[in-house]
Amino acid sequence: MDLLNAFVALSNFVLIPAIAYGSQLALGALGVTLIYGILRFSNFAHGDTMAFGTMATILITWGFQAIGISAGPLPTALLALPFGIAVCAGLILLTDRGVYRFYRTQKAKPIIFVMVSLGVMFIMNGLVRFIIGPNDQRFADGERFIISVREFKALTGLKEGLAFKTTQGITVLTAVIVVAALFYFLNRTRTGKSMRAYSDNEDLALLSGINPERVVMVTWLIVAALATIAGVLYGLDKSFKPFVYFQLLLPIFASAIVGGLGSPLGAIAGGFTIAFSEVMITYAWKKVANYALPEALAPDGLAQLLSTDYKFAVSFVILLIVLLFRPTGLFAGKSV
Amino acid sequence: MSDTARNVLYFGFVALLIIGTGFVQSWNSALFVLNFGLISAIMALGVNLQWGFAGLFNVGIMGFVALGGLATVLISMPPVGEAWAAGGLRVVLALVLGAATIVGAILAYGALPRGRVRAIGMIAILIIGFFVYRAVFDGGVAAVEAVNPANAGYLGGLGLPVLVAWPVGGLLAAGAAWIIGKTALGLRSDYLAIATLGIAEIIIAVLKNEDWLARGVKNVVGLPRPAPYEIDLQNSPDFVERVSGWGLDPVKASTLWVKLIYAGLFAAVLVVLFVLAQRALHSPWGRMMRAIRDNEVASEAMGKDVKARHLQVFVLGSAICGIAGAMMTTLDGQLTPGTYQPLRFTFLVWVMVIVGGSGNNLGAVLGGFLIWWLWVMVEPIGLGLMQLITAGMADGYWLRDHLLDSAAHMRLLTMGLVLLLVLRFSPRGLIPER
Repeated sequence: MDLLNAFVALSNFVLIPAIAYGSQLALGALGVTLIYGILRFSNFAHGDTMAFGTMATILITWGFQAIGISAGPLPTALLALPFGIAVCAGLILLTDRGVYRFYRTQKAKPIIFVMVSLGVMFIMNGLVRFIIGPNDQRFADGERFIISVREFKALTGLKEGLAFKTTQGITVLTAVIVVAALFYFLNRTRTGKSMRAYSDNEDLALLSGINPERVVMVTWLIVAALATIAGVLYGLDKSFKPFVYFQLLLPIFASAIVGGLGSPLGAIAGGFTIAFSEVMITYAWKKVANYALPEALAPDGLAQLLSTDYKFAVSFVILLIVLLFRPTGLFAGKSV
Repeated sequence: MSDTARNVLYFGFVALLIIGTGFVQSWNSALFVLNFGLISAIMALGVNLQWGFAGLFNVGIMGFVALGGLATVLISMPPVGEAWAAGGLRVVLALVLGAATIVGAILAYGALPRGRVRAIGMIAILIIGFFVYRAVFDGGVAAVEAVNPANAGYLGGLGLPVLVAWPVGGLLAAGAAWIIGKTALGLRSDYLAIATLGIAEIIIAVLKNEDWLARGVKNVVGLPRPAPYEIDLQNSPDFVERVSGWGLDPVKASTLWVKLIYAGLFAAVLVVLFVLAQRALHSPWGRMMRAIRDNEVASEAMGKDVKARHLQVFVLGSAICGIAGAMMTTLDGQLTPGTYQPLRFTFLVWVMVIVGGSGNNLGAVLGGFLIWWLWVMVEPIGLGLMQLITAGMADGYWLRDHLLDSAAHMRLLTMGLVLLLVLRFSPRGLIPER
């Protein structure tokens, strides 16, 4: 039995990756849930919005690298991020003007919005593949580790190493800042309050003089920022591949629904729920078990519940369970 | 212009497109377009049943199509005796145990009183069941996959005629649809979309990774065919004599003949399904479905069981997609899970239904042919367009190379644009619902 090493192994392979992944999912789910709360539809284009924002950021990062601007130990992508958000926001506002606004004035059914967002998804996906291609792109630079395995071992003298990647640190830090800023905005500022009012009761909000077009525009801007940040963080942590971003749609939706569609707090809780379940169920527990259990009980196999190929199945099963037993989600989002 | 005249005109135009392909490119590609057009039309019929009749948004067509493809393998391939001997029964036993676990949990949910006992009991059944299932399953799978992995390594099928697989594909898809519909219907309309999106991804993941089932990404090739092989035709003196009498080259004639046989089979299925769908649409049942679609609250007040009707139509529509999937795999002669892309199998079918005219079976069929033709032709047209645009640029200039390379992604853009434009300017489609 060696609980200390077991805990280090657990942190290294489960806790830290799951926290980073959970932050990325939470940011994505926040975007989905905001659109759902204000515009009242599930935005299928969200994954590809993330891909588009990330692509813009990557291109600007490459530009910065070419002219020799860097952020020292931090990834250059962080400097490019604001510009990426601006490009993404531009595209999204254009889409709203050209596509969604028509259906809004028509008061079309939510399902029509969902279909339209599917068309938007196609076009964004096409744009991304057209501009940067369908292949993997790595764009992380700067220091790779805050603590590397070797440093950690030298520091503590433990047998098991612990690596804490810069990208993971940045992910968690950024997520905390973004979420804090978002909640401040929603709860304290005039615009944020008008957004929540609009989300709660559209007619009443209109009566009290809230400009719906402004609310919608601000929502899209926030969504563009959230999507781009989530996408860039995910891309830094893993790598950028357009198809993967499309596939992220499922865990993101699952997070938003588990938390309760329309509830920002729920989106964060949902993101971490999904991330932890996914990582814990697809992780091979052999190493941790070998440390934590007496030798006689140590498992022969990998002690892996599901192969990593089925990680989407995890979010899907959680989604089904929530739909079956508590369709409004953990934090009672909008009505069913 | 009367409706009939307009419809004749539309279908005449599509026929012209296909025949034109025959003259401009080759008759082989024209028949290729026709065959896949027939299959696409069947898929569009299925989706039209769900969307056009009932307003259900299914984003997992790819999954149901793939299940149809799986049925083709499970029915028509000869069984691999060695694999069955090595671990086949064990795998089957494990699957039965897994199913029994889930059924047990559901029974426990019904039998136990509400509260903590029920929650703990269900979780205990599921966890114990899962470990028992894995313990039995893993050994069986390892044994099966070890049998001659280069060209078997799976259990094989039942060795029945391949045509049996078509209805079975429908049944498999219907089963999956029932599970999804049971959970997600009756909730918000978006939830069904999200749930179907998920099940499609998972079905593809299962097909790719469960090698014992259908060899995963190693693909099953050489599926039995309902049509004769070209090489047999070329060696048959009768056939050669006959086509030579018509002044045709036997090699080319044999390929055309085989494709024509497929076209005949597919057309027969399409006609049957079309007649059934048409009868359903104009029956009291069809009117009820549309009433539910247009106003759920009012129909519920009239005593209609909205959730049950939705489940019914969702299962039926998915079954049709499954049949089409089995037919497509039969035509391909192989099951290649790696080629199932949501763009091609889900969203393309959606574009077909929307463009053709949702709520109208004839419209769905028209959309199937028209959009399939467009799908096949967009790539050469896109490439041509790119060559035109880049004609002024110097050879090897990066933008020129990039644009030429990216021509393949024109399809996504075009399909998205078509979908948005039709939804915006002609939401009822080419042949609107009456």
